[in-house]
Amino acid sequence: MSRMRGRLVVLQVLVVSLMTLLAVRLWQVQVVRGPEYVAAATETRTRDVVVPAVRGQILDSAGRPLVRNRTTLVVSVDRTRLNRMAGNGRAVLDRLAAVLGHRPAELRERIRACGPGVPRPCWPGSPYQPIPIDDDVTTREALQILERQEEFPGVTAEVQAVREYPGNSAGAQALGYLQPITQDELEKRDGLRAAFSGVDLVGRDGLESVYDVPLRGTPGMRRVQVDRLGKVIGVERHVPPVPGDTLITSIDAKVQAAAEKALAEAMKSAPKADGAAAVVLDARTSRVIALASAPTYDPAVWTGGISEAQYQRLLSGKSGKPLVSRAIKGEFAPGSTFKVSSVAAMLRDGYPLHGRYSCPGSFMVGDRPFNNFRGIGLGTLTLHTALVKSCDTIFYRAAYEQWLRDGGLHPKGRTKEPMAAMARAFGFGRPTGVDLPGESPGRIPDRAWKKQLWSVTKDGNCRRAKTGYPEVARSDPGRAAFLKRLAYENCLEGYQWRPGDAANFSIGQGDVLVTPLQLAAAYAALVSDGKLRSPRLGWALVRPDGTKVKEIEVPVVGRLPLSAEERAYIKGALSEVASDGTAAGAFSGFPMDEVKVGGKTGTAEVYGKADTSWFASFAPTDKPRFVIVAMVSQGGMGGQTAAPAVRKIYEAIYGFTPDGKRTTPILPGGRPAAEPPVIERDGTVAR
Amino acid sequence: MNRVAAAPPKASFAGRAVTVLSAVGRMDGVMLVAVAALSVIGALLVWSSTRTWASGSTGLVKKHILNLAIGAVLAGVAATVNYRTLRAYAPLAYGLTLVGLFLVITPLGETVNGAHSWIMLGGGFAFQPSEFAKLGLVLMLAMLLARPAKGTDRPRAPDVGIALVIAAFTMGLVMLQPDLGTTMVIGVITVGALVVAGVRKRWIAALFLAVIGGAVAVWFMDVLEPYQIARFTAFLNPASDPRGAGYNSTQALIAVGSGQVFGKGLFEGGQTTGRFVPEQHTDFIFTVVGEEFGFLGSVTVVALLGTILVRGTRIARECDDRFGTLAAGTIVCWLAFQAFINIGMTVGIMPITGLPLPFVSYGGTATFANMIAIGLLQAIHMREKRF
Repeated sequence: MSRMRGRLVVLQVLVVSLMTLLAVRLWQVQVVRGPEYVAAATETRTRDVVVPAVRGQILDSAGRPLVRNRTTLVVSVDRTRLNRMAGNGRAVLDRLAAVLGHRPAELRERIRACGPGVPRPCWPGSPYQPIPIDDDVTTREALQILERQEEFPGVTAEVQAVREYPGNSAGAQALGYLQPITQDELEKRDGLRAAFSGVDLVGRDGLESVYDVPLRGTPGMRRVQVDRLGKVIGVERHVPPVPGDTLITSIDAKVQAAAEKALAEAMKSAPKADGAAAVVLDARTSRVIALASAPTYDPAVWTGGISEAQYQRLLSGKSGKPLVSRAIKGEFAPGSTFKVSSVAAMLRDGYPLHGRYSCPGSFMVGDRPFNNFRGIGLGTLTLHTALVKSCDTIFYRAAYEQWLRDGGLHPKGRTKEPMAAMARAFGFGRPTGVDLPGESPGRIPDRAWKKQLWSVTKDGNCRRAKTGYPEVARSDPGRAAFLKRLAYENCLEGYQWRPGDAANFSIGQGDVLVTPLQLAAAYAALVSDGKLRSPRLGWALVRPDGTKVKEIEVPVVGRLPLSAEERAYIKGALSEVASDGTAAGAFSGFPMDEVKVGGKTGTAEVYGKADTSWFASFAPTDKPRFVIVAMVSQGGMGGQTAAPAVRKIYEAIYGFTPDGKRTTPILPGGRPAAEPPVIERDGTVAR
Repeated sequence: MNRVAAAPPKASFAGRAVTVLSAVGRMDGVMLVAVAALSVIGALLVWSSTRTWASGSTGLVKKHILNLAIGAVLAGVAATVNYRTLRAYAPLAYGLTLVGLFLVITPLGETVNGAHSWIMLGGGFAFQPSEFAKLGLVLMLAMLLARPAKGTDRPRAPDVGIALVIAAFTMGLVMLQPDLGTTMVIGVITVGALVVAGVRKRWIAALFLAVIGGAVAVWFMDVLEPYQIARFTAFLNPASDPRGAGYNSTQALIAVGSGQVFGKGLFEGGQTTGRFVPEQHTDFIFTVVGEEFGFLGSVTVVALLGTILVRGTRIARECDDRFGTLAAGTIVCWLAFQAFINIGMTVGIMPITGLPLPFVSYGGTATFANMIAIGLLQAIHMREKRF
């Protein structure tokens, strides 16, 4: 028995040690590391659910909605939960497809992650975010899903606000669109990383993108207690969302519609036209009243996920790249509309304002003749007539003389380059700074630019100078020879600013590129107070209850180096264009006695394409209230395509029929809105 | 030795009552109080962990209290039985548990949570023969090994051999279910009985080597179910698969740890309410102790268990009868192992095995078996010096 007792003592010691070991371990887990596990427990036990804020509306200058919200029932799928199920939740998706009336394959496509080689539809957002499958389900369908959650784990149906566009395609490129937030963006936004929501959309383009933060508001947060299965069993904390601000723009929905209609008709009238843009500015403030680009599209295609076919159509050249706003991103040679800048450059360079200038049919720039349009000589002219009749040779001569004064091919010291300097003073060659993303700077070529271009292209040109263009020679030996000679010249002396470059520059040809908005801003500065402004679409941000958050100012970014007299002189010349000049045909029958329209046509040659048609205008000529610029790519002559489009916009604004009769004007009194609309406490518009 | 001192006067009812009363007076009160306290705590925790269930929020706790009551009666009966009578009936008791184990492998057996170890009795009652098999084996081994070899105080070699065969046979039947936890308990009972019985250290060492060899062989012969291997891998490295096999131990640690010193209070445990830890009313009931009663509560439960075990060892030591000592010592081994493994797995120092916490976990058969074991300890205690 003593041996057994001895062993029992061992057992007792063992038992006591084991229990002590447990106590020590419990001390370690519960007391020492307790706080750590409390944090882990909170993390597993609660879920932070983002309560999306209602996105602010975008209103026009009369308080009409350009973009508003519509509530729908949205069905979303949580892919992380599906992936934890057998077969990646295939059975759930199949049941869901049956309820919603989709093909099961389509649902699987919509929830796969976008990536290289994955065609749309696919999910561009965070993989941890519920993926909206259908954003307009019926109540009955939603109930089928919600009432049988055991059959639809990971599927939710919620009331959500989606964007609605009352004007359909009106201003589509300017308004922009929303897309789900991407994983990168989500990670950049601190605090939202852990908390995701199925409607976390961000503005991807246009006003939606620039004013994304105020429009989005502040999402609320609900910290819910969940059980092991993710079922919500209680709410711990609730922070209500703050709805986004309403963005009031200076866009007038009706003028916008009229501008888009005019562009569409202009495109139809010019068989080769492949794109067009129109800009309507408040001449005095440079607020944007309409910003149209053709072809256009209906931004509703973005709502609820875009299909591959739709997306490709938006991107394709065949459909004219409707996503691109040609008004701010389209860079085109401005043609004669640019002459306002060249005239100003001549004045600053000492050419007399009231002098007389000879306008021969042809002018020898160096060893090469540069011709007037159709080679017609117009005799001796004032600058006034030169603008009205669009004489080119006067500008060729001035440009050539300035080029010679700068030292010709071999300049010494600092060059003046008066025309390039003036073009920059007019705001060309850099973005206007409009409140839209992705604006193009245009291009003002000068000696420095040429040198830089040469350093980039030299190697290619020198190689081509040796090898020639065999691929072109097969079909067109003449052109191949020309290209080879050109490559040889550019290789040797491509850095040189040649007289022809200067001459082309003076009439807005050659390498000069401007955007329609730049041209409109320049004309607005010219015909108003000489101040160059950065145009704005956004006018004011107000809370949904009408409290004003801030008014968006239009910044002055420059001043034209012209005296009031000089500006009045140029304006006076342009005032004749629509009645007696190159746009007279387009404006025949327009009641000039009631509203006199001034402007300048432009017909820019583009190699291998039809001409770019321009008309830059303002009205009324005595005290201009509107600046309207229209551009039709491959539209032909300015007076033929762009000017008629501008006329239609004026007719709509002032209320004229094509034969000059009175009808209901869009803007009574011919005045743009002076103040942003006042929003009442209940969200209605006061006037 | 006075072998008939406790023999009751046969005909008198009053006399019998006096005997029972005096027997109660001779019971180990400390142990009984500890068992009662654990049972009360267990009932509260079963309530806490099952009260949010959709079906019958109080159904399970009522059933548990009924089980405890039945268990108390069984313990009382076991305590009043002269345990030396049991020695005579040990082979029969063991045989009955074997029949139970056989029935489980027949179509009568039912599978619950991956272990084919249940027999359904109807009316919502089920029965787990392997729990009684522990008890049967304790008695059988105690009977076999109690008889010393001539002139020594060690068991006879043939008896040790028979004991090993019987243990291996029982273990094999349990492994067929498969029930890894119970298999291990049976192993511990066997080793415990051999050690307490005074088997030579050499033999014990050899046995250990054999067990290790067997374990290695089992590991490499693919006898274990994949989930069992996963549990062991997850134990060695819980972070390897926190959502899968490591999930239970991770969640258990979170629940226990988040209780901190004072606990969140009864019914206040968010991890318990959210049912993040599986099997919270049975195998993982200690996580509820940890979360809702904190370190103080957890240590109290450990101390209560320790009290029972220490008192059990004392009963074994104080008993003059080899059978009684052996049975008591083996019961202590069994309960100690089960308590340590169970609590150890919730605090991450033992692998996850499906073993209930004695006197606390929900579970009818286990409660009965544990209570009977307590009854046996009391029976041994009451008669320890009255041979």
